Amino acid sequence: MTSDPAAAPHDSAHAPDGHRAINSIRPLAIDPLLDDPDTRIVVCCGAGGVGKTTTAAALGLRAAERGRKVVVLTIDPARRLAQSMGIDSLDNTPRRVKGIEDRREAASEGSADDGGRRPGGELHAMMLDMKRTFDEIVEAHADPDRASAILSNPFYQSLSAGFAGTQEYMAMEKLGQLRSRDEWDLIIVDTPPSRSALDFLDAPKRLGSFLDGKLIRVLLAPAKVGGRAGMKFLNVGMSMMTGALGKVLGGQLLKDVQTFVAAMDSMFGGFRTRADATYKLLQAPGTAFLVVAAPERDALREAAYFVERLAAEDMPLAGLVLNRVHGSGAAQLSAERALAAAENLDEPRIVDQMDGKTVRNSPDTSGSSESSASTGTQDGSPDPDRAVERLTAGLLRLHAERMRLLSREQRTRDRFTALHPEVAVAEVAALPGDVHDLAGLRDIGDRLAAVRPELPTTDD
Amino acid sequence: MSRLQVVSGKGGTGKTTVAAALALALATEGKRTLLVEVEGRQGIAQLFETEALPYEERKIAVAPGGGEVYALAIDPELALLDYLQMFYKLGSAGRALKKLGAIDFATTIAPGLRDVLLTGKACEAVRRKEKSGRHTYDYVVMDAPPTGRVTRFLNVNDEVAGLAKIGPIHHQAQGVMRVLKSPDTAVHLVTLLEEMPVQETADGIAELRAARLPVGRIIVNMVRPELLGFDELELARAVPRTAVARSLSAAGLGGARRGGNAERLVEPLLTQAEEYAERYTLEHEQRGVLGELGLPLHELPLLAEGMDLAGLYELATELRQQGIS
Repeated sequence: MTSDPAAAPHDSAHAPDGHRAINSIRPLAIDPLLDDPDTRIVVCCGAGGVGKTTTAAALGLRAAERGRKVVVLTIDPARRLAQSMGIDSLDNTPRRVKGIEDRREAASEGSADDGGRRPGGELHAMMLDMKRTFDEIVEAHADPDRASAILSNPFYQSLSAGFAGTQEYMAMEKLGQLRSRDEWDLIIVDTPPSRSALDFLDAPKRLGSFLDGKLIRVLLAPAKVGGRAGMKFLNVGMSMMTGALGKVLGGQLLKDVQTFVAAMDSMFGGFRTRADATYKLLQAPGTAFLVVAAPERDALREAAYFVERLAAEDMPLAGLVLNRVHGSGAAQLSAERALAAAENLDEPRIVDQMDGKTVRNSPDTSGSSESSASTGTQDGSPDPDRAVERLTAGLLRLHAERMRLLSREQRTRDRFTALHPEVAVAEVAALPGDVHDLAGLRDIGDRLAAVRPELPTTDD
Repeated sequence: MSRLQVVSGKGGTGKTTVAAALALALATEGKRTLLVEVEGRQGIAQLFETEALPYEERKIAVAPGGGEVYALAIDPELALLDYLQMFYKLGSAGRALKKLGAIDFATTIAPGLRDVLLTGKACEAVRRKEKSGRHTYDYVVMDAPPTGRVTRFLNVNDEVAGLAKIGPIHHQAQGVMRVLKSPDTAVHLVTLLEEMPVQETADGIAELRAARLPVGRIIVNMVRPELLGFDELELARAVPRTAVARSLSAAGLGGARRGGNAERLVEPLLTQAEEYAERYTLEHEQRGVLGELGLPLHELPLLAEGMDLAGLYELATELRQQGIS
């Protein structure tokens, strides 16, 4: 495997001494984070398409196999992910994932828990159904009549299914619920693929400020009968405002909104309180944020933004997970040399004339007698020797492509670590294919946890 | 050729890049295009290496042959105030509404309103005409939300139209929907040759079709060059290590003797070939899946040096050569 550190001795020679500050990244140790019983919530955030959901699932599996009772809350309706965990489809209730292995022997540091082994870990997984979650809140917090009035309100129906912030808000709501049930000792959350990075942090606040805001009172004004006399002046202004709103929204929509708001009125306080509680929960020491990214410019730019936002919100950042990082077992061979060598093979005769070293080292290789002795059993090809040379040229071009990719990835990573040297980084070696099953997720977990100092430093 | 070109795709597939390249490609020969951003990410500004775009149509590039690309980052709040001013002369009342939190409400909390404003603004640009009677923009290219949300985003006018059964929003929504469901619009999906994006593309197309929105083309982005063909990959599986070592040595990469430089390269190079073969098979399968979707298929190469402004022009040329404009 390319992730074998021994295969790239040149690189590890460079990394630890950190002679260039830019390359001295702090490795993020995943296992201690997952093993720590004080870690109760792990939030994976990051731009879309960086493998956030897969990372969350792989972390969940790893933590479970290391003895914890884990629930993974995913937002992304990734059917394949559900299937990879042996569940046909995920829904709003946590489902137990079968096939969890006990890997604690391999994992344990050999201390503490020999006296009376704890039971093994468990993995549960669920996918957020925002409408269902919203409905459940309404059902739980309103009396049946009021609940059915809310549930059948057209404004509620499109609010609960559609609006941009509902998903974020409901993810927070669900997280709060899971945490308060206290059935799991670790909750791993995958955040919605938000329009703008931390919508899921903003949504509760936004909803809160809306609910506390004057608009609510304006909207409620016509629905509430008999205000105090002193409010009269205000009410004139308000009815003017509702007039304007009615003009814009259309009277019937406004009426739906008003009915909805009036029906929800008693519940708003609860929303606000719970949103605040969840927000505080996220800031608490038992929470760890992982920013997930791929070594690409846009993804890392977004990651930098996340890191800054989390710091601004006092959210505890554990580190950056850098997915799909490429390596090479032959990093000592630069792209340029590989390409030059490939060209030599395209024109074998010119090699002999121009490259004295080649002639000296292997005077016989271009002679077909010896080569065809080793590949001569292939009948189809007219010149097996040429075929091997073409293959070798291809291998070298492939390698040159890999090396270019590698150096591009390093540059973008270095730019990030230069901006945020304080952020610990876990690098995950790229897989050639997709994840289909628990074994695939386990593999990713192993890659996540492998501290990889061998990642080549910039070395041209 | 549809005048409103909507570009969507799974996150990470490069839909903003493709949208920008398409806007450039469509702007050749003196044409004028407008590139519209709706998600407030300033991806266009980053791509064109300019400062953040304001809520204002601004020329950001000149295409070969004298065409022009304008860009607009739509801010839903400002769009709503605009709209209030335009239709209701609600200048000061608009400001009062903003103070009250109504604008914030309308653009972030109220379902669908935000999307009506965004799509409405794009449709307005499509319809806008100069005094001469000529369309202000020959094409409007929209960098739309990702595949998973694009149908709801475009179709939200239907939803609002159902919700607001009468009134100005209703009319606005109806008007927008007429443009979006007409042949004047084409929704393109950007994908990679990987399972998840391809699956999402197939699902997205089904959703768009179910909503009777016009699906345009599939654009496969970041296609890696074929460096080893089928025969070579076959050979790579069976070839004696020593033969490759000799070849490497002949190419000037050190002695072929046991443990020599050339020999040390063989295993890692063949491992890379194995990984390539796995990907090659996967990509082949995914191409097949895309082929069955029955839409025009285009491929854009992965740019070896990463994405920059020069690369964008390269992709635009590529699109033009593939007859997309």
